[in-house]
Amino acid sequence: MADSHGAVAEHAEEHNPNLRHHFDTMAQQFDSATLGMWVFLLTEIMFFGGMFGAYTVYRGMYPEAFASTSKHMDAFWGGLNTAVLIVSSLTMVLAVRAARLGQQKALQIFLVLTMIFGLAFLGVKAIEYHAHWVERMVPYWNWDPNYDGQPQYARQAQILFCFYFFMTGFHALHMVVGVSLMLVILMMARRGSFNAEYFTPVEISGLYWHFVDIVWIFLFPLLYLIGLHQHTG
Amino acid sequence: MHQIPSVKTYVTIWAILTILTFTTYSVAKIDMGSFNIVVAMGIAFFKMMLVILFFMNVKVESPLTKLFAGAGFFWLILLLGQFFLDYGTRNWMPEGKMW
Repeated sequence: MADSHGAVAEHAEEHNPNLRHHFDTMAQQFDSATLGMWVFLLTEIMFFGGMFGAYTVYRGMYPEAFASTSKHMDAFWGGLNTAVLIVSSLTMVLAVRAARLGQQKALQIFLVLTMIFGLAFLGVKAIEYHAHWVERMVPYWNWDPNYDGQPQYARQAQILFCFYFFMTGFHALHMVVGVSLMLVILMMARRGSFNAEYFTPVEISGLYWHFVDIVWIFLFPLLYLIGLHQHTG
Repeated sequence: MHQIPSVKTYVTIWAILTILTFTTYSVAKIDMGSFNIVVAMGIAFFKMMLVILFFMNVKVESPLTKLFAGAGFFWLILLLGQFFLDYGTRNWMPEGKMW
């Protein structure tokens, strides 16, 4: 890919090896890739939007049960994970910045840091899921029919827990994809694939990472904080 | 491609986002009735705009990208708006309200 030879050699002199032949300039290629990533993110907005909409309807139906059940989502872990994701977004933009400045070492360090924070998020999520399992609050597989001494809320509480596991589960899946993307970008960076003229894959992976961060920014108050004023006083 | 923002800009945005995370947690402990959700969503929306404009670079992106990002939210508002209008006007909600 990087080496051009034979008939195109003359042309290659003024030609960035990373510029695909169907684009006129590097800027045009970059803008096209960014736009394409945004189109993908729009489908992601609709994907999560449907779940947020359904959540809101059921919360409107059973506000008391949802607020009461929310105390089982530990706001400490949720808040910690929000902070961890925001730090990972910072290291992500710093990775993109390093790529744009051609700072190879800094780019790799920030990518590794972003992956570490992403994995830390998933680790906390695993601790929380385990706690829910131990408390028998996993609908269908492991559910306490007496539900925490509040059997009147048991059915509605299962609805909230279903939303909780689907929404945080799909979010966690996106985190796994994000960390995998970072691994690929890191390997490309180690091969020296990026420079100040060409850093498109770093940029659009960053867009994906920030989008996943935004989803969590909304999940945190909706799942962890809705009943906080009732059970902390 | 455009000017590269300084590290200071990024760290400032990160600090604001972290402070807002603490704010949303602290405010959630105060009972404001149905106003709690308005405040929580308002803070989340503001955080989202900071991430989109500064971390996702939309502030300096081409008009076409801005249009597409905006269109995403336009369609989301249509989806959620019609959704809530439907449930809200059919008398299906036991409490008679959306939240």
